[in-house]
Amino acid sequence: MLKALHKTGLVFFPAFDWAIDPTHPEREERLLYTQDQVTEEGIFDIPGIIEYKPMLATAEDIRRAQFCVPDEASITTESHLISAGGAKVIADAVMNKEIQNGFALIRPPGHHSMRVSHGGRGFCHINIEAIMVEYIRSRYGVKRIAIVDTDCHHGDGTDNIYWHDPDVLFLSLHQDGRTMFPGTGFPGELGGPNAKGSNLNIPLPPGTSTEGYLYVINHCVLPVLEEFKPDLVINSAGQDNHYTDPLTNMNFCAQGYAELTTLLKPDIAVLEGGYAIEGALPYVNLGIILAMAGIDYAGVVEPDYNPEKLKQSVSITDKIKKTTKQINTYWSQRFQMREDAGKPGEIQIRHKEIFYDTDNIFERQKERIRICKDCGGCFEIDSQATPGFHILGVHIPINACPACIEKGYELFDAASREKYDHVFLMDRPKDAYHRKN
Amino acid sequence: MIIGLDVGGTHTYAVLLSNKGVEKSVRVTTDHEDLFSTVLSGFTQLLESVDPAQIERAVISTTLTTNAIIQQTMAPVGMIVSAGPGIDPEFFRTGDHYYAVSGSINHRGREKAPVNEMQIQDIAKKMVDDGIQYVGVVSKFCVRNPSHEILIKRILNKYFKKIFLGHHVSGNLNFPRRIATTHLNAAVFSLHKSFFEAVKKSLVEKGLTVPIRILKADGGTMSLETSMNFPGQTVLSGPAASIMGAIPYAPEGQDAIVLDIGGTTTDIAFLVDKAPLLEPVGIQRGSYKSLIRSLRTDSKGIGGDSVLRVKDGNLTIGPDRQGPAMAFGGPLPTPTDAMIVLNVMDTGNREKAVAGIETIARQLGLSIEDAAEKVFKTCCTIILKKTFVMIDQINSQPVYTVHDFLEGYKLSPQKILVLGGPAPFFAQKIEDLYQIDTLAVPNSPVANAVGAALARTTCEVSLYADTEQGIVTAHEEDFAEPISKTFSEDDLMETAYTLLREKAINAGADPENLEEVEVVEFQKFNIIRNFSPRGKIFRTKMQLKPGLIKGYETVLH
Repeated sequence: MLKALHKTGLVFFPAFDWAIDPTHPEREERLLYTQDQVTEEGIFDIPGIIEYKPMLATAEDIRRAQFCVPDEASITTESHLISAGGAKVIADAVMNKEIQNGFALIRPPGHHSMRVSHGGRGFCHINIEAIMVEYIRSRYGVKRIAIVDTDCHHGDGTDNIYWHDPDVLFLSLHQDGRTMFPGTGFPGELGGPNAKGSNLNIPLPPGTSTEGYLYVINHCVLPVLEEFKPDLVINSAGQDNHYTDPLTNMNFCAQGYAELTTLLKPDIAVLEGGYAIEGALPYVNLGIILAMAGIDYAGVVEPDYNPEKLKQSVSITDKIKKTTKQINTYWSQRFQMREDAGKPGEIQIRHKEIFYDTDNIFERQKERIRICKDCGGCFEIDSQATPGFHILGVHIPINACPACIEKGYELFDAASREKYDHVFLMDRPKDAYHRKN
Repeated sequence: MIIGLDVGGTHTYAVLLSNKGVEKSVRVTTDHEDLFSTVLSGFTQLLESVDPAQIERAVISTTLTTNAIIQQTMAPVGMIVSAGPGIDPEFFRTGDHYYAVSGSINHRGREKAPVNEMQIQDIAKKMVDDGIQYVGVVSKFCVRNPSHEILIKRILNKYFKKIFLGHHVSGNLNFPRRIATTHLNAAVFSLHKSFFEAVKKSLVEKGLTVPIRILKADGGTMSLETSMNFPGQTVLSGPAASIMGAIPYAPEGQDAIVLDIGGTTTDIAFLVDKAPLLEPVGIQRGSYKSLIRSLRTDSKGIGGDSVLRVKDGNLTIGPDRQGPAMAFGGPLPTPTDAMIVLNVMDTGNREKAVAGIETIARQLGLSIEDAAEKVFKTCCTIILKKTFVMIDQINSQPVYTVHDFLEGYKLSPQKILVLGGPAPFFAQKIEDLYQIDTLAVPNSPVANAVGAALARTTCEVSLYADTEQGIVTAHEEDFAEPISKTFSEDDLMETAYTLLREKAINAGADPENLEEVEVVEFQKFNIIRNFSPRGKIFRTKMQLKPGLIKGYETVLH
């Protein structure tokens, strides 16, 4: 009999009445054919597969992960809140052991949304995974979490949110930033001074096929996870590495996605991008669902799949091997790199410029972080958006040491009301959020 | 005058209704081995000294197909399925004569791999050799494009008596359920046909020549002719009859719970403004899942004759029945005995009831009265608990649009209607315990037959329009027409209504009962390729809601 080997939960929220704009890739039609395929396959009738109804995420949920400018309501729609709420529902079901793993098939996506969000960039307004991860940490006290981002675009939002967090390992596999939005995610981007090596960015050359993806999973991602020993593995399951995706140049396929999922064994998968809505998504999503549930997926093959045509060249294989080796070296040196990054108590400064392609906003940031060997370190971000607001956001990490907590409040109190439109404090240990102005 | 006949688990009731109310009702014992004589004797007794020329309508609800499934006496039939990419179709095997063949249609209805005609020929010959007479054919996404099913049928036609096609079963997507449903139709067809032809012949001999209608699981009726293509739809029409029988007593503009408390089981259903709630996809019971439109009912193994036991100091009720209550000569104590002990019920042998409850009381360390009270209360609690779980499930059903998420209907019943033998006794207790307005449906045992008699014709059409491909289809109705790029939402609705009306009249609906039309689903999508609009997809489902025919409701009060 057809039965899920692992009890698997699904939230399916295609938001059939929401689009960024009528002809945008992130539009109503995006999950239509996926829903048709999944419904026709009778997925929700399979014993051991449970469909959950999403809920609305709240402003409090977002405030654990992000500074929304000027506030949460101004940059989100109900659809964003249902999307983040859908991920929360899956998280609850996994944490309460109702299910062994779960997949939130939701839209809009979130992985380009950073710690400070002035609006939409890369089709994302709020970061779904980060909101879910911070909810899990506050509600269930989970210590070590790994996020593996397999979207074809660098998950720069999630990368940014966990840049200074040694307890959250962020791994992103994506098409080389020299050929693809958002143009970041190079191997040298390893995380902040207190968390070097807890962000690993693995760029892949255009034309990478199933062979290349699975090579990186087997020779880099899995060994790193083995060493990091996360309590929870989350997959930002973008599906735009597919050979038919209109926005990217990769040669991944439905069988490959299913195999990747089987290897990675994520506790929670959250849908990200993927815009080949007819030829890829129905098959890729079906493959991922079956793989998570432990059901044979051998029959999930795109009608026009031709492995011979999709084979990657030898030079691509060589490049991937080289990158993998480099990443593994960085990973092995992570503690030393953190040691060398600076003296405890010292403040380090980073400047950053961010372009919001969806909402046409330009943002300039100055970030100041306290070097700390006892926790991720508190930091402040001075952010000026054009058009938009000038704000200061202070973050005290969830496992902050007493010195960083004190320093965080000091930075918040010292911030000038005249200089900034808004000043925010995210006190994660107390699960509190304060604002001046 | 109209006739309703409902074959129940123990008794079969038949009623004669005029516009003044119930004129006559009869009861015969159900003989599951010979349902034909049961039905016939119901009609014979009812029509005694009645002029058959006065009868305008006759509706029958039977357990014929339900029994065939339970007793696994369905005839072996052949199944040919073509799956294409996806889950291995071997998982959906219906029996020995099941063949997965090549050919594939995708979610937009585009052919991705052709049918292999030689392969079908070979299978047909093999099935003929195996003595197969009826065959079901199902292809994945046939509701988007049935051409493979039609082609396969053409090849099979000369070999078999009747061929059932998946796309005729329902406009809903769900390949495994479509296989199960098509198989059911094929497997009960000959049984259904010979039974109803015999019934019809006998009734004609009695001078009753009005068209016979058959009750479906969705609480609606269909003509005998329609039923020959979809005999599976008669499964579980029994619970549907009782729910329809409760409708005259349901509050207007409010939600209500319907409880049909029988000897072994209690059926639970819901009414929203006098209209019963339907299953979103189709009937499901345990691992059996289908695309048969059905009222949303669930049953709990608890009733008046459920066996009482004490296990580890805890009282258990049912789920089995070992005979009638002890007060009526049964072997073991039951909730009915408890009600007799409490003087709630005034029938049967009270001494025997007391003796039965005493054994339970002793094990529970309670007085006889306290034990009886505990039994009665526990029964109500178990039934209501199950009901509340169902309400929660209904209210947490997933939705797929922001609008439905924010505006979705929440079921919140304010009234309980109780049917079945012990209904009056339970109604009072439930009201006391839960403070919800509770009513025992009057003349309850006959209510099922009344429900069947008054049920109107129901049906549903599913339309799919794709202006990029230039076509509007309702393959379930064998309907497909070319459309222009400017085809609109209004055009779609008009087409849907025309098809619905036609389908209803073909299934025996009276023109005066065609008003309760409801749009169950509507979706509209822009098709965009390479950032430019290519067309629109429209989808809609329109139904004739289950309910009662006009002109009779008030006479029952």
